Amino acid sequence: MSTVTSTADVATGPDSAPKRRARNRARWASIRTYVSAAVIFLWCMAPFYWMMVTAFREVQYTFEMTLWPTHPTLNNFVTAFSEELGNHLGRALFNSLFIGVCVTVIGLAAGVFAAYALARMEFPYKFMVLGVILGASMFPGVALVTPLFQLFTDIGWMGTYQALIIPSISFVLPLTVYVLTSFFREMPWELEEAARIDGCTKSQAFRKIIMPLAAPAVFTTAILAFIASWNEYLLASQLASDATQPVTVAIASFAGSQPHQEPYTAVMAAGTVVTIPLVIMVLIFQRKIVAGLTAGGVK
Amino acid sequence: MAVQAVPVGDAEKPPGEKPGSSGNGKRRIPGQGRWAALFIAPTLVLLAVVILYPIISAIVMSLQQDAGLDPATGLFVEGGFAGLNNYTQWLLQQCAAVGGGTVPCAPGSLGAQFWSATGITFFFTIVTVALETVFGFWMALIMARAFKGRGILRGAVLVPWAIPTAVTAKLWFFIFAFNGVANNLFNTTILWTGSEWPARFAIIIADVWKTTPFMALLILAGLQMIPGDVYEAAKVDGASAWQRFVHITLPLVKPALIVAILFRVLDAMRMYDLPAILTGGANGTTTLSILVVEQIRQGFNSAAALSTITFIIIFLVAFIFIKFLGANVAADSTSGGKAKIK
Repeated sequence: MSTVTSTADVATGPDSAPKRRARNRARWASIRTYVSAAVIFLWCMAPFYWMMVTAFREVQYTFEMTLWPTHPTLNNFVTAFSEELGNHLGRALFNSLFIGVCVTVIGLAAGVFAAYALARMEFPYKFMVLGVILGASMFPGVALVTPLFQLFTDIGWMGTYQALIIPSISFVLPLTVYVLTSFFREMPWELEEAARIDGCTKSQAFRKIIMPLAAPAVFTTAILAFIASWNEYLLASQLASDATQPVTVAIASFAGSQPHQEPYTAVMAAGTVVTIPLVIMVLIFQRKIVAGLTAGGVK
Repeated sequence: MAVQAVPVGDAEKPPGEKPGSSGNGKRRIPGQGRWAALFIAPTLVLLAVVILYPIISAIVMSLQQDAGLDPATGLFVEGGFAGLNNYTQWLLQQCAAVGGGTVPCAPGSLGAQFWSATGITFFFTIVTVALETVFGFWMALIMARAFKGRGILRGAVLVPWAIPTAVTAKLWFFIFAFNGVANNLFNTTILWTGSEWPARFAIIIADVWKTTPFMALLILAGLQMIPGDVYEAAKVDGASAWQRFVHITLPLVKPALIVAILFRVLDAMRMYDLPAILTGGANGTTTLSILVVEQIRQGFNSAAALSTITFIIIFLVAFIFIKFLGANVAADSTSGGKAKIK
């Protein structure tokens, strides 16, 4: 074991000092990576886990610090869905789903065409159009609340579904156009050219070649649009009624089984119900969602 | 559809006439402009209805006096044209006084909170975005490495992002409860949501938890666009890890980083859900968005003025970012466009 390093050592001896040092360094680097990864994993998952665990605790054991509920129960979910207590969670879930689907469909119906034009066509003022859509995506929702509050009061739309769907378009549509445009820019458009040469019209090429190719991009965008709509709170908290309120608003104003007591466990149960479908969806489509999220921001 | 007239009119000019849009190598097809206009029209029309119309009506409203009972005098105040009164009221924190004229707004009233709300909004924005950038960068550097379980980590990172902010707020409200897990873990007895600075930190921590993943993923995408051989070359030249980070990673990831920061800044400036649910805006956590919503119940027109001011502030911040930091938001657009936004 010589401490003198020579090129011969490096080349031949598997236990030579530089090699060992390099291996040690690599091992330390990999340990550091795993420790950091574990810290990130815990930081992201621990609060979420705490919500799920609390959802299964008896109300009396709300502040139990065990990692597993000592008195597991499903009562909190019953409370969360209890109409008698004024928790319209079932109704709210339907509302969120309905609003989300409507907004997503409208956003995609308009957004697909705009994104296609922005990604594929040359036309005057293209840059201005892009700017307008970008500007719209950064628009603060609170600037819409006041005029819409008054408008919807005047025309008797307060608390209706259309009063919740229409304002949501303001942030979902720019999102769909933006994400789809970046997806469309990366698609193999030579195929469209080929179809055109083979005698397809523009619209035929679009329907027969581009749409099937674009389906994954559209699907990812739909997920992002739906999540954006599902998570909206500010507009809905001002414009919804008890009958049309989405889950975010319902959870923020929850009533528990015990009067004069913050219904932590029931809220955590409701939060779990609201979140689990999203989390499952996100985990299944993880790659696509990451691609969609970053398509807008980085490209 | 008469509504399509505007974009069609724009697009029907021969494409060649537009300065700065030539020479990007794409083939021009005759009549493409008309197709493009048709494709874009629905989006522009929808955006005009859901954004442009409310902006204009907010501006019109903001120039009107709120009718109603004057809280100070108990007398009925007529509506009518108010000029810029609603704006000066907020900016100078002057409220209407008995018998005309104005006096400084009473402490605690909404009128007196404009500058403190602006300050809090900027405070939250700067602190959260700074923390998210640092932690996000760190998370991105870890996720960029090759190790077993990387897929699991990337999935886990998406979980806070996917949880609705309203649920996040309720979750952290529970964590920060007096008997909650935060006080228990750190052996403290802090009234997190009940006093000024703890409440602010609770909001900041919850926001950082929720949005750092978004930042990390954007930075990660930027990192992955850096070719590996650049690092190899630097290694061969004897650059240390720190030197590689400062001289290669940072400059090359900078465009993606600035766009990510811009997005987060604009998002943080309209922060509403977290403080509204965690503290209800109490204990010095009233952001501009919360102030607007509270004002709606007291007078539309004044609220419209405030929301217009908020909109202008956010617009100015975006403008400064794009103008001075060179945030290249529409990077892939035509070369003419790039020159414009820089």
